Amino acid sequence: MIRLDKICVDFGGLRAVDHASFEIGAGRITGLIGPNGAGKTTAFNVIAGAVRPTSGRVILDGRDITRLKPHQRAAAGLARTFQIPHEFDRLSVLENLMAAASAPEGENVINVIFRRGRYAAEEREIYDTARDTIRLLELEHVIDEKAGNLSGGQKKLVELGRALMRKPKVVLLDEIGAGINRTLLGKLADKILMLNRERGLTFCLIEHDLDYVSKLCDHVLVMAQGTLLTEGTVEAVRNDERVIEAYFGGGKYEARL
Amino acid sequence: MELTGLFFYLVSLLILGGIYALLCLALNIQWGMGGLFNAGIAGFYGVGAYSSAILTTAASSRHLGGYGLPVPLGLVGAAILAGLAGWAVAKICVRLKSDYLAMASIGIAEILRLVIVNEDWLTNGSLGVSRIPRPLGDLATGRMSDVVFLGFVWLVVLLVFVASSRLYDSPWGRSLRAIRDNETSAAAAGKNIEKFRIQTFVIGCAVMGIAGGLSAHYFRFLSPTATDPLLVTFLVWVMLMAGGSGNNKGAILGALAIWTLWSVTEIFTNRLPPEWATRSSFIRMLLVGLLLQVVLQRFRAGLIPEKSPPVRFKEEGPEPDR
Repeated sequence: MIRLDKICVDFGGLRAVDHASFEIGAGRITGLIGPNGAGKTTAFNVIAGAVRPTSGRVILDGRDITRLKPHQRAAAGLARTFQIPHEFDRLSVLENLMAAASAPEGENVINVIFRRGRYAAEEREIYDTARDTIRLLELEHVIDEKAGNLSGGQKKLVELGRALMRKPKVVLLDEIGAGINRTLLGKLADKILMLNRERGLTFCLIEHDLDYVSKLCDHVLVMAQGTLLTEGTVEAVRNDERVIEAYFGGGKYEARL
Repeated sequence: MELTGLFFYLVSLLILGGIYALLCLALNIQWGMGGLFNAGIAGFYGVGAYSSAILTTAASSRHLGGYGLPVPLGLVGAAILAGLAGWAVAKICVRLKSDYLAMASIGIAEILRLVIVNEDWLTNGSLGVSRIPRPLGDLATGRMSDVVFLGFVWLVVLLVFVASSRLYDSPWGRSLRAIRDNETSAAAAGKNIEKFRIQTFVIGCAVMGIAGGLSAHYFRFLSPTATDPLLVTFLVWVMLMAGGSGNNKGAILGALAIWTLWSVTEIFTNRLPPEWATRSSFIRMLLVGLLLQVVLQRFRAGLIPEKSPPVRFKEEGPEPDR
């Protein structure tokens, strides 16, 4: 579904991603793991278009999207959440989700001032989808709350909800589990699995908790020092010596701080 | 006599209050909804004022003109030209982050002001444009024409208020506020940030142009002092902050409240001993700054804070547990 082809990203003198090539398979839940500073989030940013790679290509469904802007990639079916919640803080939870939807008629200024009937049906559909998503994520009790007032975990759920509003093909989840309590985390895992199985949604997630990764992912990519170290099932990766070395230090894969 | 004096004082207060209400509504679209820090209001106001004045006055050897168009057309021209100026500025500056946009817009407003002062052929320089007509000029003469003009101004305010309420309570407004709150995730949600910002800036500047045009028709005379950034740009910011940024009603209320306060202080400063009275404009300048500080420190949300527009759809299934 998404293929990275020899991606390099330089931040000043630091090479955050170094000739990374990997693929996120359609219909799967792929885990992206690795020690801090491995370049996982940068790789996500490259896929989502927030960071332009120094060299290399990003391919979505066979189409080269390397030069597309973030909003164009969103239109192409890519959705993401952020490691640190990026909620629309002065919008209510309902508005946060509704704002994320695609609304070509309702975002036309002329329609909005002079022809308000034109987007009524579209808006109704957006509202229904938002309500369903909020129900799915069990956020109904905070639906009218401003998103800025929510707890960290709730903000993460709003992020996920927003990503789902665009009816994407792929969802990139950047540490969706961080800052969420165990119970909610379990529920979230169930939702992700359900969305994957019932709607055929492709997920790629960055996560540090390997137990969580093993619960969700059938395929794991391991990054270290900006490049792909290895990939395979969780079990295979867990027992890989290089992975252990990368996580627990020693050797050439010690995390750079 | 005392009563009629008070009545006409009130009329002039409300006319200028209405013009400020327009400026506040415009700034509310740009800043309140869009998060665009326009510190060059005076520039777009000036463009609008001169456009409408030049389009509606009779021919004069001192400046460009002689079109003699009816006032409403002059105001449309003001909106279009100020909007065009806004578009040009937005094209260049809209990618700038808020504080840099503020600096750029102050600079551009100053450039526009210098053009107005120096291009004699266009504006008659510092001597100004005179004999600017009023709308519905035949309807009333003398002081009564102020009353007619008051109605005209508030009609325009009403129209702009309806339009900006529609903008606010719409998917367009929702997406715009989302961009204001978080640009990165709005882009990730498929919003074309540049397009939204340019539209916002142009709409706001067009309304500022209309406000400028109305002021020219009210005073019947226009010179570069009318585009004083203290009275136009900074006072409008105080008004919007005090009234409630992100709320259209708040914008109007803030404009009326601060303008009343401002006018009443003028009555007092005029009664100061002469050597103080001459300095009163500087004292009031200090007051604007002080007022802005107080509002920003103590009443950030303003008199009527931003409120999410209601979503009116009825739930089809059984109401979920709250």
